[in-house]
Amino acid sequence: MPTVTYIQANGNSQEFDLELGVSLMQGALDNMVDGIVAECGGSCSCATCHCYIDESWTDKVVAATDMENDLLACVSEPKDNSRLSCQIKVTDALDGLVVHLPESQF
Amino acid sequence: MESKARCIIVGASHAAAQLGPALRQQGWTGSISMITDEYYLPYHRPPLSKDFLAGTKDLEQILIRSPDIYRKCNIGISMGATATAIDRANKQLVLDDGQRLDYDKLVLTTGARVRKIDIPGVDLNGVFYLRDLNNAQNIKKYTGADKRIVIIGGGYIGLETAAALRKQGNQVTVLEAMPRILQRVTAPEVAKFYGRIHAEEGVEIIADEQAIAITGDKKVASVQCQSGNEYPADAVIIGVGVIPNTELAAQAGLLVDNGILVDEYARTNDKDILAAGDCTSHYNPIYQRQLRLESVQNALDQATVAANTICDNLKPYSALPWFWSDQYDLKLQIAGLSQGYTNVVIRGDIKTSRSFAAFYLQDGKLLAVDAVNSPQAFMLGKKLILQNTPLDPEQLADESLPLKSLLTG
Repeated sequence: MPTVTYIQANGNSQEFDLELGVSLMQGALDNMVDGIVAECGGSCSCATCHCYIDESWTDKVVAATDMENDLLACVSEPKDNSRLSCQIKVTDALDGLVVHLPESQF
Repeated sequence: MESKARCIIVGASHAAAQLGPALRQQGWTGSISMITDEYYLPYHRPPLSKDFLAGTKDLEQILIRSPDIYRKCNIGISMGATATAIDRANKQLVLDDGQRLDYDKLVLTTGARVRKIDIPGVDLNGVFYLRDLNNAQNIKKYTGADKRIVIIGGGYIGLETAAALRKQGNQVTVLEAMPRILQRVTAPEVAKFYGRIHAEEGVEIIADEQAIAITGDKKVASVQCQSGNEYPADAVIIGVGVIPNTELAAQAGLLVDNGILVDEYARTNDKDILAAGDCTSHYNPIYQRQLRLESVQNALDQATVAANTICDNLKPYSALPWFWSDQYDLKLQIAGLSQGYTNVVIRGDIKTSRSFAAFYLQDGKLLAVDAVNSPQAFMLGKKLILQNTPLDPEQLADESLPLKSLLTG
């Protein structure tokens, strides 16, 4: 199972082995990672699962759709590496992925 | 130190699935048990009329949390159990098998149930309501390519169900008793838009059409309307709204008025009994009125407030309601509540395209936004509502002007 590390805005870091195919959002919910709200349950509707993909991994995750990009344009503190964690599924290629969480989802 | 305090949660849907783990995160060390009359772990309800019904997601994919998390959080779940009474004097919850469970804190997340209609033939095989997973699974047995489906009710549930079933090749007819679909929740322009899209997708919507009987011999054959029209059907799905489950609370003497009355900390008039989600009526400081909401957002946010309250961390509930509805390739996101609007401003091409936003204004101030395939209008609309300053309708409608420029500060 690929390992994913979630790092909070305050620097706290948690590492989990996630099943192949689950989203980074579900992985966070299943492990009670603070900072991912995920109101819509992963249907790319709410932008409350915003995260930053570590710079060294941005070219390895699937590209965002137009819908996701539109939502990302409106999150608080968007950055070039902003993504919605519900839209990225865990694959073997993402073993070791590092995800940073924003200060707030709102 | 482990506490001996006991928290019981009645119900196992969005609010419950949020509440249990949130209690642990807030430091609750006592026991947590969840009582549900269903036989499933908490699951996402919205996909039942969308991806689950269309067959693109299965049960495992719509569970709110993995089974692991309830074990990790040491949350006991009793399935197939119905709470029948609350003995407030002895602080016990009574179950249908006679068991009496002691509680220190009790949280009612009992949700809502479908509103039933009383016309001849509703008990025939092939007539369904849609609220829970069993309903959706049963509907799937009666639907498929070229099956004739009649949906009674042109609200969001009816229309989402129509879209999901149409995707599978069913022939779908929606009967709406009111003069138009979405009468209760949207402006006429938006309703007209949805009417056009459904027509383009091959779903027949008939307004002003009141169903008065369902005919058939054991199994449904047709729906008869007051107009004299009759619609042949292999299955009928009724979606005419929900009623909050407040009986348990009312029988225990808790205050109920179109929902279990709770304060801004999710407390009922009994300090040890809280409530969250669709079953509650609460005061919303943004709209300055009492609300009963049917939404995931409210279930999650109010459950979080309840968990905080139980852990003596009082944080008042104040959130802007929001909703969503997926039909075909349309992603509708609704920010705020439009009731009481005085005019509607449309931004974008509502007549021929599949993307626009409808802004609901009251005396110049923004009350709500319906954003179809326009996530920016939704996200910025939320901010504009909270900003609570008068907006210029011409600027709102002007697509060459970025919405962001209307934000002050």
